[in-house]
Amino acid sequence: MKSRSQDQSLSDSRELDRSYDPLTGNPRSKPNKKTIKQRFLKLLPCYHSGSSPSINQTGSITDEGELSTVCYRPEGLDNLVQQTKFSKKELQVLYRGFKNECPSGVVNEDTFKTIYSQFFPLGDSSMYAHFLFEAFDTHNNGLVSFEDFAVSLSIILRGSITDKLNWAFNLYDLNKDGCITKEEMTDIMHSIYNMMGKHTYPSIKESAPKEHVDIFFQKMDKNKDGVVTIEEFLETCQKDQNIMQSMNLFDNVI
Amino acid sequence: MAAGVATWLPFARAAAVGWLPLAKKTMPKPPVDNSSRSDEILYVNVSGVRFQTWKNTLDRYPDTLLGSSEKEFFYNEDTQEYFFDRDHEMFRHILNFYRTGKLHYPRHECIQAFDEELAFYGIVPEIIGDCCMEEYRDRKKENQERLAEDTEANESTDAPLPPHSTHRERLWRAFENPHTSTMALVFYYVTGFFIAVSVIANVVETVPCRPPKGKVGDLPCGEKYHLAFFCMDTACVLIFTFEYLMRLFAAPSRCKFMRSVMSVIDVVAIMPYYIGLVMPENEDVSGAFVTLRVFRVFRIFKFSRHSQGLRILGYTLKSCASELGFLLFSLTMAIIIFATVMFYAEKGTKSSTFTSIPASFWYTIVTMTTLGYGDMVPSTIAGKIFGSICSLSGVLVIALPVPVIVSNFSRIYHQNQRADKMRAQQKVRLARIRMAKKGTTNAFLQYKEDHTLGDRDSGSTALCVKNRSAFEHQHHHLLHCLEKTTNHEFTDEMTYSELCMTESVGFRTSRSTSLSSQQGAQNNSTGCCPRRARRRAAMRLANSTVSVSRGSVQELDTLHFKTTAIPPQTRSSLNAQPDDLKLNCGEQDFSAAIISIPTPPANTPDESLPPSPAPLAGILRNTRATAYTHDTVKISSL
Repeated sequence: MKSRSQDQSLSDSRELDRSYDPLTGNPRSKPNKKTIKQRFLKLLPCYHSGSSPSINQTGSITDEGELSTVCYRPEGLDNLVQQTKFSKKELQVLYRGFKNECPSGVVNEDTFKTIYSQFFPLGDSSMYAHFLFEAFDTHNNGLVSFEDFAVSLSIILRGSITDKLNWAFNLYDLNKDGCITKEEMTDIMHSIYNMMGKHTYPSIKESAPKEHVDIFFQKMDKNKDGVVTIEEFLETCQKDQNIMQSMNLFDNVI
Repeated sequence: MAAGVATWLPFARAAAVGWLPLAKKTMPKPPVDNSSRSDEILYVNVSGVRFQTWKNTLDRYPDTLLGSSEKEFFYNEDTQEYFFDRDHEMFRHILNFYRTGKLHYPRHECIQAFDEELAFYGIVPEIIGDCCMEEYRDRKKENQERLAEDTEANESTDAPLPPHSTHRERLWRAFENPHTSTMALVFYYVTGFFIAVSVIANVVETVPCRPPKGKVGDLPCGEKYHLAFFCMDTACVLIFTFEYLMRLFAAPSRCKFMRSVMSVIDVVAIMPYYIGLVMPENEDVSGAFVTLRVFRVFRIFKFSRHSQGLRILGYTLKSCASELGFLLFSLTMAIIIFATVMFYAEKGTKSSTFTSIPASFWYTIVTMTTLGYGDMVPSTIAGKIFGSICSLSGVLVIALPVPVIVSNFSRIYHQNQRADKMRAQQKVRLARIRMAKKGTTNAFLQYKEDHTLGDRDSGSTALCVKNRSAFEHQHHHLLHCLEKTTNHEFTDEMTYSELCMTESVGFRTSRSTSLSSQQGAQNNSTGCCPRRARRRAAMRLANSTVSVSRGSVQELDTLHFKTTAIPPQTRSSLNAQPDDLKLNCGEQDFSAAIISIPTPPANTPDESLPPSPAPLAGILRNTRATAYTHDTVKISSL
């Protein structure tokens, strides 16, 4: 008899409390929660599993227990070559990696968070990943397709310095209204400092992000109106030699 | 980090552009990446099946063979591919691991083969995906258990005893493995018989016999033939006590033995008798004494030494202890619940048998096990309803843990079957191994002989050199080199043991014939293997035939050198100095000369043995045959 560990057997009352799936021992996954109405409706023979509008071109999202195939195919390679500044080969390599990781063709926010948590294991990168996801998700539909991905990467890696600065500004501007407020900047700063984690030298003080934001605003906010517009941002950055030089740092990653 | 993470790293680095305007300090320089930018397809040929994959795929796991520069060792310039002489079906799984990041275990493959492949490709088995991990672990555990059993069976106590074992060790072995010696076997059966007799006597003495004249009412046989039964009981107990004391004496670890189950059973089986002897014929105490006699039935457990099935059953129950415990627990719960319910359901009725909850326990047990004696029956409707629910649930509760116990029993039983089969095949296997070893020794000695004879007679060597591969040639050359290095020579088992055997006390060498010399050897009990020597001498006398092995090579007789202590290197030393034989004689020293008596009891050609070199050749030639005659050459003290 396969010896199961004793602690699994009788002491586990979680399945009785219905918080865990008795077969696998994992917590019940959220997507399986349905409203009472939905459950009732499902019992009716005339109910067709109405898929919430599928985001993408093909496939359908269905209820629990049925296969869900979400499949998104990008437009042709040539289109992408035109839209981005990558060569065909580079796009091929990119897509192969992308498709391998996300066979369904789209990346969702959770994946972003997972990826970042693996790269920055010491701190909490979920906030920053969220903001980054918002920056990549140009269509604002909660999913990043390969095209969005490639276009953004093209801007970051192959674009002019102005394009890159624009992209960075877009990242900081959380509500995409064209100007960065102090609150937005504070959020961004907090998220970045969170990625550092607790164990740093010198240890991060509570006020460190705030101070950093103040420095930033001091530098960027020319007319002292409490927000940084894109023009102010571009102007200040182009005058700053350090920033200009470092902008080409990551051009060779792909 | 997983493969997927490696794919995302460039993206994460690119996104770091977002930090640049905020940076307090200047950024560090990026690392120089010298690797070729463009991805290329690699060809991997695994025993003829060509696999193709991107280089990047393999680079995902740089600490494996395929991901590191180790694969360059397998690169074939001519065909521009990496060639591995391994199983291509397994390689499929390995390559899939690179592609998907998950390693799967193919269920139809042998676990050891799979492990070997993983080890070769440098992949740790721990990364097997969850889907296949359990199966992998189970198979691995099963395999390890089987290996452990095999090694156990190899070192089984059927192996012959080391020659210098004490009486105690021999006794213990006789007890543990009765089939090693006839005495032990006899004892084994005798004890078995007496156990049976004792148990039958216990049973029969309660049977009512016809009462003797003048009494009415039946009498149990035990009281009628009181003396006979007492004598039988005494005899049995004496045997058991004797056996127990012998075991206690022979046990290598007395404390451990006393704590073992079988010893406890033994003690419990014989104690009542002694207590009964000691206790007076007091009316008050004899009640307790009668109870003690119940323990005599435990003698039947002594049969478990004789029956393997019984042992298996006991072991199964022990290993299923948790299931049995669970069964007991759930039954107890159910009994209490139903007893309570039945009691309250039947409370109202007059003349109800359900007088109390404990009284209802009996009803519940009888119902749940579907016995249904009918001594307690519910009469109210509610009682009947609950009674039926009780019986239905009883079937379920009992049926649940039973398959687990059954599967456990089956597993243990099959393990035992396998152990028995192993033991039976052991002898065949050992014989085969011995023959193989002898074959290699003979081949080597043949090689040496050809080597020495090669100069003299080229004709015969041509015959013998055939059928030997380059490997064998080189191997034999190597062994020969070792011999030359240490100035000792390889011999085979038989000749070595004969050397041992014919070592004599030394002085009383006589010029008697071969037969008497052999007898002389028998009289001398010194030496390394006296018993074996005696046996072999007997064997030799028995089948003194000559088998002519190969070609036209003559068979000569071996030389037996009687000395005091003959280490196996005697021959070389003899070879070196035929005239002045100062052997490792220990305390005695005598110079000896070889006197050869070439009179074999069989039809070997009479050949007087020429001095030194030829004896060596003679020995070698002789050792090829499996059965051959020997002659003794006595070294007389001058």
